[in-house]
Amino acid sequence: MAIDTAPPATTVGPTPPARTVDPPEPKKFSFGRALAWLFMILVILASLFPFYWMLRTALSSNNALYAGSDDLLPVQPSWGGFQRVFGLQTGQEAIDAGGAGQPINFWRYLFNSVVVSTLVTAGQVFFSAMAAYAFARLQWKNREKWFAFFLAGLMIPAIFTLLPNFVLIKQLGLVDTLLGIALPSMLMTPFAVFFLRQFFLGISKEVEEAALIDGASKVRVFFRLILPMSTAPIATLAILTYISTWNEYFWALMVSYTDRSRVLTVALGVFKSQTPQTGPDWSGLMAATLVAALPMLLLFMVFAKRIVNSIGFSGIK
Amino acid sequence: MVTTTTTEPGRTGRAEKPQRKRDDTRLALLFILPALIGFLVFMVWPTLRGIYLSFTRFNLLTPPEFNGLDNYIRMAQDPVFWNSMRVTVYYVVVNIALQTVVALIIAVMMQRLTRRTWLRGIVLAPYLVSNVVAAMVFLWILDYQLGIGNTLIAAIGLDRIPFLSSDTWVIPTIALINVWRHVGYTALLIFAGLQTIPETMYEAGRMDGASEPRMFRSITVPLLRPVLALVLIITVVGSFQVFDTVAITTRGGPVDSSRVLQYYIYDVAFGRFQFGYASAMSVALLIVLVVITFIQYRVTRADTSDLN
Repeated sequence: MAIDTAPPATTVGPTPPARTVDPPEPKKFSFGRALAWLFMILVILASLFPFYWMLRTALSSNNALYAGSDDLLPVQPSWGGFQRVFGLQTGQEAIDAGGAGQPINFWRYLFNSVVVSTLVTAGQVFFSAMAAYAFARLQWKNREKWFAFFLAGLMIPAIFTLLPNFVLIKQLGLVDTLLGIALPSMLMTPFAVFFLRQFFLGISKEVEEAALIDGASKVRVFFRLILPMSTAPIATLAILTYISTWNEYFWALMVSYTDRSRVLTVALGVFKSQTPQTGPDWSGLMAATLVAALPMLLLFMVFAKRIVNSIGFSGIK
Repeated sequence: MVTTTTTEPGRTGRAEKPQRKRDDTRLALLFILPALIGFLVFMVWPTLRGIYLSFTRFNLLTPPEFNGLDNYIRMAQDPVFWNSMRVTVYYVVVNIALQTVVALIIAVMMQRLTRRTWLRGIVLAPYLVSNVVAAMVFLWILDYQLGIGNTLIAAIGLDRIPFLSSDTWVIPTIALINVWRHVGYTALLIFAGLQTIPETMYEAGRMDGASEPRMFRSITVPLLRPVLALVLIITVVGSFQVFDTVAITTRGGPVDSSRVLQYYIYDVAFGRFQFGYASAMSVALLIVLVVITFIQYRVTRADTSDLN
């Protein structure tokens, strides 16, 4: 598949003429522009309202939601929803408040999500970087053929490998373990290899050759030169990998059976299925949903610029 | 990572030719070994094995038993399978049509109004939460009695809509939920494509007195075609794999009206332990995806550009 990703500009070499990022915006009022802004405001509202609604509901008393369903502010503000998520209410209190009365183990799920996402991100990015270096810079036989073979992996839809991978994980005795969830994506993805190779190709060869002449080995060049020079794309890739692993549901659902290996997405599904069918504990559910979403939203706030600008650049995912 | 390696600043880039011809085969093998293992064990092998399992009877407890084309014959005669296929295609069409149109409008608006990062950040925010979170919040917003969505609909005097509990509404609703989560991402991909169109084209257009809609038709759309084509290929393939939203909101119901293929496959595999039959349906889905990707690639000429 031909993807139009120009190798990112490196710090070495003549800088291309800077493109004006923001052409002067015409400020004059026109009907069309007003209409366009109106549309954008609607888009912004539609994007953000559900987040506000999670918060508003989570801070409401569940029993009061029935009467105040059209109230835009929390109805009878209460921490009850969050208390049920963190297991701070006794079973009876929770049932009285409309909850399931079963303790949920939020910290455990959070821990599991962090472990799985960290294992996958660290492993995938590091091993993919090693492979990408071999494909970009080392001289060996059939390099291009192997690379084409790797790239063909992009054509296999993830969904197709899930069932056989589950059978494999079961044979390895890793069902219901965190390693079992992480393992299949811990060693590489064709996309990560492709993405990093593209960047390594753009690094000036001269710097590398200078180090080699000084007697550095290729291994040393990789660790001391290539990796430090590539912190930007590696960080971008790591953040994107972390987020998508964190949000993964289907595969984690297959592998985990008990709290031992339940990650937040799976636990949220379980929590939802435990809530009373008639008159669900909406404030508890929304508190759990918000708490499950929060880590990635915080990560996004910190790295928003990097994440936003990386999209398109990595226009195949 | 802090490095202590310093390259002497005085050195000119003109390096002497290395004395011996380099061959890094051993080192390269070492470097690609972990990735190669991952690739062979968790991508290539499962692909082959998935195809093999589709010709077997397999319940996970006893070894798979070869049964020829039985699974495929069963599939051809299984009305639930065909229904799932139909439901999935319906979902993909609604999802992609809505998502692409809205994303295109958002991208063009962003291009023409403001290219500030904050706006792109807000539009992308829903993409940062999982499908499960998106499904949960819309399950609540669209609740028949208490959801704010239906409360508003009732307030303006219309009938409440059973979004997730009627067979006519359920697929459009699930499509809408996924559009909410993915439209910002798609818009940003298209937006990135728009940046590659030279500003001079629009200047020339303006000089000739073309209106904004005219420029959109005659400049933006044709020059954006390769990007749009790639975006479509990626989103269509992703859309066919819908599972999370269905699993959280409807579990395939009411009756089978939202039983998308991937949910049916999961149900057959993990609810009834018929891994052989589930694998056969996965192969069917794989073939559909390959064919559709190929057709899209040809029809949209994704590999050629009209620029220059």
